[in-house]
Parts: sequence; C-alpha cells; structure tokens
Amino acid sequence: MSARDAILGRLGAPEGDPDAEYLLLHRGYLERHHGDGLVELFAERVAHYRAIVHRVTEAELPGALAAALRLGAYVVPEGVPAAWTGSIEPSRRLGPDADLERVSGTITGCAVGIAETGTIVLDHGAAQGRRALTLVPDHHLVVVRADQVAADLPDGLGRLDITRPLTFISGPSATSDIELSRVEGVHGPRTLEVFLV
Amino acid sequence: MSDIAKDATASRMPTYVGMPAFPKAAHEAVADTRLRRNLAHATGTIRERRAAAVAELDDWAELRDAGKRIKDHTLEYLGHYLRMLEGKVTEAGGVVHWARDAEEANAIVARLIKETGETEVVKVKSMATQEIGLNEALAEHGITALETDLAELIVQLADDRPSHILVPAIHKNRAEIRDLFSHRMPSAPEGLTDEPADLAEAARRHLRAKFLSAKVAVSGANFAIADTGTILVVESEGNGRMCLTLPETLITVMGIEKLLPSARDLEVFLQLLPRSSTAERMNPYTSAWTGVTPGDGPQNFHLVLLDNGRTDVRDEEVGRQALRCIRCSACLNVCPVYARAGGHAYGSPYPGPIGAILSPQIRGIGSKVDASLPFASSLCGACYEVCPVAIDIPEVLVHLRAKAAKKLPEKTVMKVAAWGLRSPARLALGQTLAGRARSLAPHLRFPRAWADTRDLPPIPKESFRAWWKRTHGDSADRKDAS
Ligand code: SF4
Repeated sequence: MSARDAILGRLGAPEGDPDAEYLLLHRGYLERHHGDGLVELFAERVAHYRAIVHRVTEAELPGALAAALRLGAYVVPEGVPAAWTGSIEPSRRLGPDADLERVSGTITGCAVGIAETGTIVLDHGAAQGRRALTLVPDHHLVVVRADQVAADLPDGLGRLDITRPLTFISGPSATSDIELSRVEGVHGPRTLEVFLV
Repeated sequence: MSDIAKDATASRMPTYVGMPAFPKAAHEAVADTRLRRNLAHATGTIRERRAAAVAELDDWAELRDAGKRIKDHTLEYLGHYLRMLEGKVTEAGGVVHWARDAEEANAIVARLIKETGETEVVKVKSMATQEIGLNEALAEHGITALETDLAELIVQLADDRPSHILVPAIHKNRAEIRDLFSHRMPSAPEGLTDEPADLAEAARRHLRAKFLSAKVAVSGANFAIADTGTILVVESEGNGRMCLTLPETLITVMGIEKLLPSARDLEVFLQLLPRSSTAERMNPYTSAWTGVTPGDGPQNFHLVLLDNGRTDVRDEEVGRQALRCIRCSACLNVCPVYARAGGHAYGSPYPGPIGAILSPQIRGIGSKVDASLPFASSLCGACYEVCPVAIDIPEVLVHLRAKAAKKLPEKTVMKVAAWGLRSPARLALGQTLAGRARSLAPHLRFPRAWADTRDLPPIPKESFRAWWKRTHGDSADRKDAS
C-alpha cells in the first residue's frame, strides 16, 4: 500500500458535509478593532518596530526618497512610477537585474498596509519586483499610499490574492535569540524606511 | 494497531540516546544554577510580554475559540482537506509526497536532494524536521544540513540540542555563545565581543555566503491552506525568506495537522500565533507561496506530508486535541516545571507541557522517558490558560497518566511525582495557580467564549496523592514518605 493510501485510508471518510460545516463555524471575534485614524495608527505601529516612517505628500515624495538614499545605487523595479524617482540621479537607479550584493538598497511600492499590526504586505506586483530585490540589499525604502492601509488582518487579507508570492513585513529583520535582547538586522534588510503618502 | 502504527514507533521520533527518564534529567537540570537562572529570567520575560500583547485585543477569547473550532473541524475532515491541498499544490506546479513515518520522510528528502546533485542544503528552523531527526539522517547520506536560524545555528555549532520551541538556545548565555562562535565559526572576527549585536553580525556574515550559493533549501510550514495550496512560514530574522526565495529547489516537510481549510482562517491564526509566541503584534516576516512562480523564487517545490503517528493521535478521543497545537511555545514559558527542569529533561524535540502530551502519544508509552512524561507536571493549569487554541493539557496528562501507570514500575512513577511534590514551594505554586484559575473562570470578561473552549476538568480538585491513592490503593503514602 502506498503511504498516501495508508494515511488517507486511516483518516477515513467521516459523515457530514465539510464545506457546509465550515461555513457555519462560529467566528465571534471582531472584524475590525479600529475605526478612524487608520493612517496615524499604521504610522505609529510601524515606527514601533523601529522602522523609519516619513509622512509625505505626493509632491514631497520624490525629494524625500532622494534624501533618504545612502551612498551607492538602488534597485528600482520596472513598475515603480517614474514620478517617484524623478529626483534621483539616473546613474544611481538600477534595473531589477542588477547584482543585488553590490547595491545599497531597493525602492518599491507595496500591496497592502495593516494598521493594527503595522504590517506591510508585498505581493510582488509590478512596483515591487521579485522577492530577492527586497531581501538581499540592506536598505528597503517602501512607499505606502494611504488608501492601501487596511484596519486589521481580516480587512488586509481580504484585499490580497493569497496565491501570489506574499511577504508580510513588520519592521526590519530582528532576532531575540541571545538572552532575549532584540538585535535588528540579521539577514533581511537592516533598515526599513516607510514613505506614507 | 493499524498498518501505520505496526512498525516500531521508535522509527517516528528519536528518544535522545542515553536520555534518562524525566525525574533524573530534571534533577540534574535543577542542580545547574546557571541554567535555572537563564531559564527563569527568559521565561519570566516572555511571559510578561505575552500577557501584555494578548491584553491588547478585546476579542482574544473569541479568537481563541475560533482557532480551536477551525482546528477541530480540520482534524475531523483531515482526509478531505489533505486531498484538496494535494490537488492545489500539484496544480500550482509543486510535487506532493506522503510519508508514514520519520524513516520514510527522511528517505524522501534525501532522495530529492541527491537528485539535485547537491551535498549541502540550507534549512529554516522547523519542528517537523527536528521531530524526524532529518539532519542526522541526511548526514548518513553525506548531506550537510545547515541550520540558518540564529538559535538553531548556535545549538548546531555546539553539537547540542534545542531546549525551547521558540528560542532553542535559551539555555545558553552570551559568553557561551561568544566562545562557541570564536572556536567553531571559521569566519568569526578576532576579538569578537559578547554583545548580542556583534554575535548576530558574525552569524550574518557566516551565513550570507551560504544563502547566496545554496541550490537547495529545506523548510517546515506553520500553515498550509487547503483550498489554494498555499504554504506559510512565520519568522523573525529573514533567514526563512532567504531559504524560501534564493535556492532553486525548496523541500517543505509538514505535519499533516498544519492544515487550514481556507485563506480566511489566517486572520485568526496570524493574530493568535505572534502574540502567543513572541509577544509581538506581528512577527517581522511571514512568507506565503503557492507552488512555483516563474521568474521568482524556487522553480522546484516539493511538499512532504508527514503522518508520523498523527493519525493515531487523531483517533484518541482525549489526546486528539494535541494536534491543534500551533507550536507557539506559550505553554513552556508559564510552566513551573519547565522553568526549573529545562527543555532537555523532556527527552524530545518537544519540551514543556506540549512535549509532555505530544511525545508519549507519537512515540507510544514504550520507553521510560515517555512513560514518565505525563507525570512531569504539577497540573496547575497555567498551560491551558495561555494556549491560543485551548488545548486542555492537564486533561490529556491525566488521561495519559492512567495509561502510563500501567506500564511503568510504580517506583518510577512515584519518583516523578515526588520530584514535583517534594518541594513545598513547587507544590504550593501549582496548587495556588490551579485554584486561582478555577475560581476565576466564571468571572472572566468573556464568559461565553471562555466556557465554550473550557470544559472544566475535575483534575485539580484532586491532588496527585489523592489520585494515586484512588487508582493505586494506599501504596502512595508509603512511597511518598521515603
Ligand atoms: S500547546 Fe498551545 S500553548 Fe503550547 S505550544 Fe501548542 S499552541 Fe502553544
């Protein structure tokens, strides 16, 4: 007997209609924990993880991004609007095929922000590029539009296509493995800078 | 016993070689004052932070209740959802494998790695691969598995064993880690200090080259979504993202109980897990993937579905609830026995209260270690209070005690019981907590949801002595006095 048949055979076929019963599962929890002030809450919670948060207008964004750059070049995925990076010298903007070990950072958009948890979700759409771009370089600059900010996980998950490759980011890489003292930046980007438009 | 269970349960999860039964191991741990100090500090810290993180959500009781119900529903229809998962993963370009036990799972992973021609793989911390002893099995095939989670790396470099689910190196302090890195990590800088930031930086450098050159990664899974075939890994450091993104081939080993019916269920579990586990609103990184995505991430994805005793546990009316566990480790941090005995005393990759009910169920109560585990508790009920999926660990312990007592020489049973009961402080703590928990239950803020997830068991009303006396005659008094 194959392992598959043995395991499934062992599990048997219980009576009942799983799909119907699933729909009836009691969910007494809150759909939302917050009403107004989502953008403020999001900014506060992201900052809580020691990410850097900038509140900017559409017009201020290019200048703010340019001012945040460190030395060296940044990867800019193809889908990032040209207007965002208008104030950055062209020689410092590299395409997604750049050698990721040699660039200083990455500038991307995101799919969703979640206020309650201060989470930014990348679904690796056009303005975000493949996952490695926001992983290997040390400095991640991410633009979040106010209308992308959801209240809570239920709201945020509802806006996502779960079958895309997703990365949920809540602050920069961190570890507490040594005597529980928090150290930022083990493997992912050590600095996360959020531009809330 | 079934076909699956017939072969020796020893092939399921290694009992650590030379492992004494709980009382002896615990005695040694308690005598180690440094270990006890490290542990007391660490568990105390996490415990307080967790309580604050949980208190922040008004609907915690309801979330917990929903988590319990979703898991129970999934376990009830596990066959249905596993078939669904298999179909969706395959549709999305992944390959699904099934393994009855540790041996089969290890053989599958070893074969898949050999097919790539590689002899070194990077690993994301995973309880399932610990459970089956994958690293050791791969070593026999000439394959080196490199742990990339900082704590797992520390444990691996020290030829040690993890002692906590979440912070496996909780028993080591910074000076020990500094010495370890200086001796065992070739790239460690001269004059490495014992500052956590410096130690983390040394690990970052050591591992970076490996991430960038690895062709194969092995991971576990925190959740799998049946109706989309999506797998999720929850982590902090980014080593998980590295392993899940950069190599060409990804092999994920997952216990069959990790399943959730639908993506909507994540709204429950992604609230329950981080707050219970690291006391954060959300952990730094969670990765989700569905099969393979052309041009992004691994282009070969294998999912190994591991039974390893789980179908047996599922058949147990009382014990089944252990399969709801999401490995958050909250029960370890509140357990007065764990805080003193340490993780190693439990003789398996699953320490603490969850280990005390999971290991004997997976491995059977054949060995002394396993037969002693159900007694490694004061039944104070603190583990049940914090468990985000409301596993009534004391209830399962009592259930297993009845079974183990038949198998174990009375002397051993009494030794464990005595260990927990000898110190008046220990006993008093247990009883106070238990008493407090019971008297509070009806007055909690959310009586309805609370009562839904809580069938008050009769256990703590009866002390261990009384229980032993009732079930084993009057021999308890005699032994206990010794
Ligand atoms: S038994 Fe409950 S508290 Fe313990 S690790 Fe599992 S889910 Fe967490």
